[in-house]
Amino acid sequence: MERMIQAKAVVGGQAEGVLIRSEFPISLWGGLDPSSGRVIDRRHDRCGDMVAGHIFAFPEEKGSSTASAVLVELIRNGHAPSAIITCKTAPIVALGAIIADELYGRTITILVVDSDGFDALVDGTALRVSEDGTIEQIDGTVSDTH
Amino acid sequence: MGVALAEQDRRMLSGREGEADRFAMSVIVRMADVLGAKELISIEQAHLDACALMSDSSLQFIRHIVEHGGTVRVPTTLNMVSLDLKAWREQGVPDAFGEQAMEIADAYQQLGAVPTWTCAPYQGYLTPRFGQQIAWGESNAVAYANSVLGARTNRYADYMDVCAAITGRVPYHGLHCENERGGSILVRLERIRSSVWEHPAAWAALGHLLGNRCGSAIPVVEGLPSRATSDQLKALFAAAASSGGIALCHLVGITPEAQTHDAAFLGRAPGSSVLVGPEQLQTSWEELSSASIGESLDAVILGCPHCSYHEFETIIREIDALGGARVSDRVRLLIISSAPMVALAERKGWINRLEAFGAVLVHDTCPFHSPIVPKDAKTIATDSGKCAYYAPGELDVRVSFTTTRECIRSAVRGKVVCEEFPWSA
Repeated sequence: MERMIQAKAVVGGQAEGVLIRSEFPISLWGGLDPSSGRVIDRRHDRCGDMVAGHIFAFPEEKGSSTASAVLVELIRNGHAPSAIITCKTAPIVALGAIIADELYGRTITILVVDSDGFDALVDGTALRVSEDGTIEQIDGTVSDTH
Repeated sequence: MGVALAEQDRRMLSGREGEADRFAMSVIVRMADVLGAKELISIEQAHLDACALMSDSSLQFIRHIVEHGGTVRVPTTLNMVSLDLKAWREQGVPDAFGEQAMEIADAYQQLGAVPTWTCAPYQGYLTPRFGQQIAWGESNAVAYANSVLGARTNRYADYMDVCAAITGRVPYHGLHCENERGGSILVRLERIRSSVWEHPAAWAALGHLLGNRCGSAIPVVEGLPSRATSDQLKALFAAAASSGGIALCHLVGITPEAQTHDAAFLGRAPGSSVLVGPEQLQTSWEELSSASIGESLDAVILGCPHCSYHEFETIIREIDALGGARVSDRVRLLIISSAPMVALAERKGWINRLEAFGAVLVHDTCPFHSPIVPKDAKTIATDSGKCAYYAPGELDVRVSFTTTRECIRSAVRGKVVCEEFPWSA
């Protein structure tokens, strides 16, 4: 990642974590184990990966209406990603983050990027998100898997 | 915040109406911002799905609302809960699970919601009317409400449904807006014999196909019979809302706002079109089935969504046709329904006959939320497209998807029977 990416901050602001980038849409319900934050959808390219504490990027959400509840539970038990980045606005994911914010006073960062921004995200790099939605690479921590 | 608020919205948001109203209105306003909605609208009813959630946070959420005096502002019905409220202990549901589910059920009743406990609210109390703005959860009910009743709702995700019921307000967005309800894909049925449509399972096969092909678009279907029963439409929309994200599908001649092709598309041209003949319908049917004929059977699930009066009648007729045969000892035949429908069936004397046949009657819940299917079950049969879609992943079983008649015959023989196809002569 050569440059900074400007994202739209939908919920929250600052976050840090190593990027797990997926090429496929996911439903957090049926997609993530709500007790551990592991990807469990056997049809998904990141199945088996742990997204807890990472920045999780995927193009768009699949519309399961229970996905919001899965994210609330992950934020409660501390196994949520530190941020979620999508290319298309993900209202059900945003709803989960908003409910957790209202209920527990803590949440995670939800960002939307354009397709150029999504293409510039490199799996395995450590990223920092600022309050205004700017995404930048943290120097010296690259573990590029590409 | 870009959304315009009425005086009462601001009162709720400020906390002057109490913490429950502040919480709910804050969620509604923040979601309006996420969705880019410019205003809120009032709803006339809600149907809540969040009551089926089982987790520490789902209990903490509803406790927070109820302890701060939260009550619903509009008539509100409840989707299923995670167990049969009366019979859960005898069904072998573990105590810890049962007690948490009962606590959640109690909290939702304290909100002032009607304890309907059903995933088929359109066949019960408070049926929405044409043009009404409502906020419903439960994907099959949403698709039915928009497409059959002509009411207007988005697919409300868990907890948003509760916040809508408490405030009586939702972002004016998506399917609440007349202009957003036009069709985008034309689906034309051809060469399908009218007798095929006598079987609700054929409607489920069509629904499965629509969900697969159309994702979350708005299909417009031409070529269906102009008369359809509520149970046939229920089968179609439950399947369509499982394999895809369909929230509205215009059935030309059936959907109130889609009496003509032009009305369904709001006078615009279709974005694309799909032809469906008997071959495609049969392929869709076969996709829902993974079990082989003759395979030994562990469970049969009828009533997904909840069994209606006329579905009970069909089951009784098929049992009568078998002349005194009973369910095989190795098979658990589950018939799932709501308390009001069971009360009607009871008046006809059907419940005693079902139990004498060996069926297990389950109220209020669903095989994907309550542990009522034996854990070691390998193969099930069902006449539901929704159940057939979810069972392999959720219950780790193989599925025989077939007609109600073949489900009953399979239960008696203890193995998968599939001699009857709607399109065989």
